[in-house]
This record gives sequence, structure tokens and C-alpha cells, in this order.
Amino acid sequence: MSNDQGFMKALKCRECGREYPLEATHVCEFDFGPLEVVYDYDKIKKSLTRKQIESRPQTMWRYRELLPVAGEPTVGFQVGYTPLVKADRLAKRLGIRELWIKNDTVNYPTLSFKDRVVSVALSRSRELGFKTVACASTGNLANSVAANAASAGLEAYVFIPSDLEHSKIVNSLVYAANVVGIKGHYDEVNRLCAEIAGKYGWAFVNVNMRPYYAEGSKSMGFEIAEQLGWTVPQHTVIPMASGSLLTKVHKSYQEFCKLGLVKETPWHIHGAQATGCSPISAAQKAGLDFFKPVKPDTIAKSLAIGTPADGFYSLRVMKDTNGHAEDVTDDEIREGIRLLAECEGIFCETAGGVTVGVAKKLIAQGKIPADDSAVLCITGNGLKTVDAIQNHVGKPQEIRPSLREFESILSPKQRSEVKA
Amino acid sequence: MPVNIRIPTPLRKLTNNEELVEVQPGTIGTAIKELQSRYPGIEERLVDENGTVRRFVNVYVNEEDIRFLKNQDTPLKEGDEVSIIPAIAGG
Repeated sequence: MSNDQGFMKALKCRECGREYPLEATHVCEFDFGPLEVVYDYDKIKKSLTRKQIESRPQTMWRYRELLPVAGEPTVGFQVGYTPLVKADRLAKRLGIRELWIKNDTVNYPTLSFKDRVVSVALSRSRELGFKTVACASTGNLANSVAANAASAGLEAYVFIPSDLEHSKIVNSLVYAANVVGIKGHYDEVNRLCAEIAGKYGWAFVNVNMRPYYAEGSKSMGFEIAEQLGWTVPQHTVIPMASGSLLTKVHKSYQEFCKLGLVKETPWHIHGAQATGCSPISAAQKAGLDFFKPVKPDTIAKSLAIGTPADGFYSLRVMKDTNGHAEDVTDDEIREGIRLLAECEGIFCETAGGVTVGVAKKLIAQGKIPADDSAVLCITGNGLKTVDAIQNHVGKPQEIRPSLREFESILSPKQRSEVKA
Repeated sequence: MPVNIRIPTPLRKLTNNEELVEVQPGTIGTAIKELQSRYPGIEERLVDENGTVRRFVNVYVNEEDIRFLKNQDTPLKEGDEVSIIPAIAGG
């Protein structure tokens, strides 16, 4: 490893401010507070301009100065720059003037926003000399670590709750990763992984690599602001599992302001959870600045984290930006998935259903005013959680290959559409 | 049979790199006091000025989070296993 740390300066505890070297370490030895990367913003300012960014390839790495790798990325340089879709039909259904979908259902290569964080984590792991990478996952992260490790020639261990959706399990196994199903929920997987990470010299992307990993989520916010014509949206609705994505999107807007890439206009960050696992939204609605851990029970398995590591910081971000949190039931999640699919032709996973459902609620409650503009962060693809919705979308009408049988299933109105 | 406490990596500098430490049965509170008497400085790492477990420290008794039990008053009997684990990001 060279001494040049690029645009990074150190790791710093978010609680007490103690600084640490830029190694594979994630908690403050003093108070267990999470460590965060500190950047040299003066140096970044000289190198990162709108013009520079616009001249670069359309991937998340066009904001490379604000991502924590010392050299050039070596894993996942095609990741990101997913479409920001103007969702007029959904806007009408939800009763808001303007609505945008940040569509990470088509993120490369594993169809969720996790490719962003993994691209950073694995690039940094390589810089630090690791040959084996690992993660604790609710599914999407496992898929992404398995795929990106395969393409980079790294050994991968992924740890998941054993009751995950079938397609998320297959989507990890196919890359020949070591997939370990734990009989327990994600918080238990996490606990075990913390112990394994302490014992084995692996790069655990969301344990000892967490300070680097988490920063990858900022790219979603950078892209939103750039795609809106270098403007921060008035409202951003973000699903919360550990709460990390929410805090990092907020940070991305702050950094763009600090660097003068966007004008500083007020923004509101709203958090979305499933009612069956809503420690953060319950706390926000009760006006608390701490949360009570819960035991998850929801079809939104990718959000089923009962002890959210960034729960405190998420609550603070919502408070600081006058944002709100809400949660939705399993039925409302399925309705959200169908709404997005029927209005915009985008099939999202259960976490996306949570985000759409919560946006609908917040707009109905007036917490997102009908005259405003909002962005919904849709983080994963519906093909990954088919189990959750397959019995709720109807069935194909089956007929023999006969025109008469076909016409027998048409309504009179449909039948009137015959060519003259 | 004593109670076993699994010490996480960030605290092992204080326990002379001991990964597993034995304490007497009692409660989480008495266990932390006993750790402090043997490894001075460890208490303030685990609890804040008010004596409550720091918000980024998760403590488990036999794999159950003490916040689902009785927090510091959670009883510890012979043979129980205690894990102290930093909070982890999502996945």
C-alpha cells in the first residue's frame, strides 16, 4: 500500500472525534462509536467541478474524489448512474405536483443499490491487501458481494438469514460464493459476523470495512442532484434498514453544497420502514431521539433490521431537515409495488413498495405538500422478491390456441375494438 | 461454573488480549463492575456518565440482546455466555 491516500485524510469517530489511520477498522476503541472517513475538501474542490464530472463516464465513479479509495477503483467501475425517471402518472395517483423515481432496480450488476457500496468496499479491500471478502446480509448485499468478488477474483463468504427469498439465495450461490444460511434473523447474523470478523483476517464489507462501504451510498444522492440539473430535491424519501443510506444521501447533498456544486436550498429527508420492523419510524413519530430494538416480522426482508446501527443518526437527519418517518403494512407494501409497476413500468422489490407506500402516506398527511417535488429512492429489483407478491398479482388466463376461446374471455368493450 | 464474557477486538488491549473472561454470577451490572476491578478503564468504554450501556454497544446474554431482557439488571447465572458487540451497518 502506498502512502498516498488520495483525497482521504483519516478515519474519525462520529461520537468523540478521535482519529484513526485509514485501515480496516470500524469502531472507536474508546466508545464503540462508528468511524467515518475524513476528506481533504480543499484538495477535492480543486479537482471536482461540474465540468469535470460531466466529462467523465456515466457511472458512480464520476464523483471519485468523494469516494474513499486511495487510487483508482478496481472493482465495479460500471456501477451506478441509474435513471432518474420523471413519474408523472404516479405523481397524479399520489396527488403531488412533481415526482421522480431514482431507479436502482437496474443498477449494475446485481440490480440493487448495494452495488454502489460493494464497488467501494471491494476496491478499498484490494488496496488494503485483502484476498477474501465477506458480509452479513439481508440478501441484496450478499448478491452484490458474491458477484463483484467473482469478477474481481476474490474469495467471498456471505452470511444470510436462512429464510430469505429463494431468488436472493440463488443469486448468491450462482457466483460460487460460500453462502452460509444462519437460522435466525439479520440481527443474529450480524452478531455472529461481528464475532467472525474479530477472529478471521477477512474484509467484512459491513463490519471492518464499514467506514468505506457506507460512503458508497452517497453516490445515489450525487446522481440525483446532478440529474435534477445540479439541484437538491425538496423531498427525498428513503427506505431505512440500518438507516445508513438515509444518512449518506443527506451527506451527499451537504458535500455538494460545501463544494459549491449546487446552490444550498432547503431539503427534507424522509424515512420509510415496514410496520413489522419500524424501530426508527416509531421513534421519529413519538418524537424520540433514541429507538427501541424490535424483532422483525415483515415481507420487506431487506429492511428487516431490528437493531439499526444508524438509527440514531437517521433520527437526527430527519429532525435537522424537518423530515418525517412513516411505516406501512405488508398489504400496503404490495400495493406500493403494484402502484409503481402499473404507473411507471418499474418492478421494485418489497423495500421499494415500502418507499412508495410511505410516500403515499406522507403526501396524504400533508407532510410532503402536494405543491412540492419529491424523489423516491427505489433500491432493488422486484424479480428478487417474487415470493412476496406472486399470489397477489392474479394469474394468466389460460386458453387453447383458438380464436373463439380468446374472444370468449374478452369483455364486450374489448370485442368492439375489432378493425372496421 | 462461572459466567463467560466474550471480549470484542476493540477492548482486548485492556484484557491483555484475553478473548474470554470469566466472572461471577450476578447481573450485567455486577459483571461490568467485576471487569472494571480486574481491567481498569473497561467500564467507561461500556457505559456512559449516567451508568447506562453506551448506545453503540450491544450486549447479549446467551444470544439475546439485553434490551429485550432487563438491561443492566439482566441476571447472569452459572454457565451463561455474554457477548459484547459493536453495532453493525445494514446489508
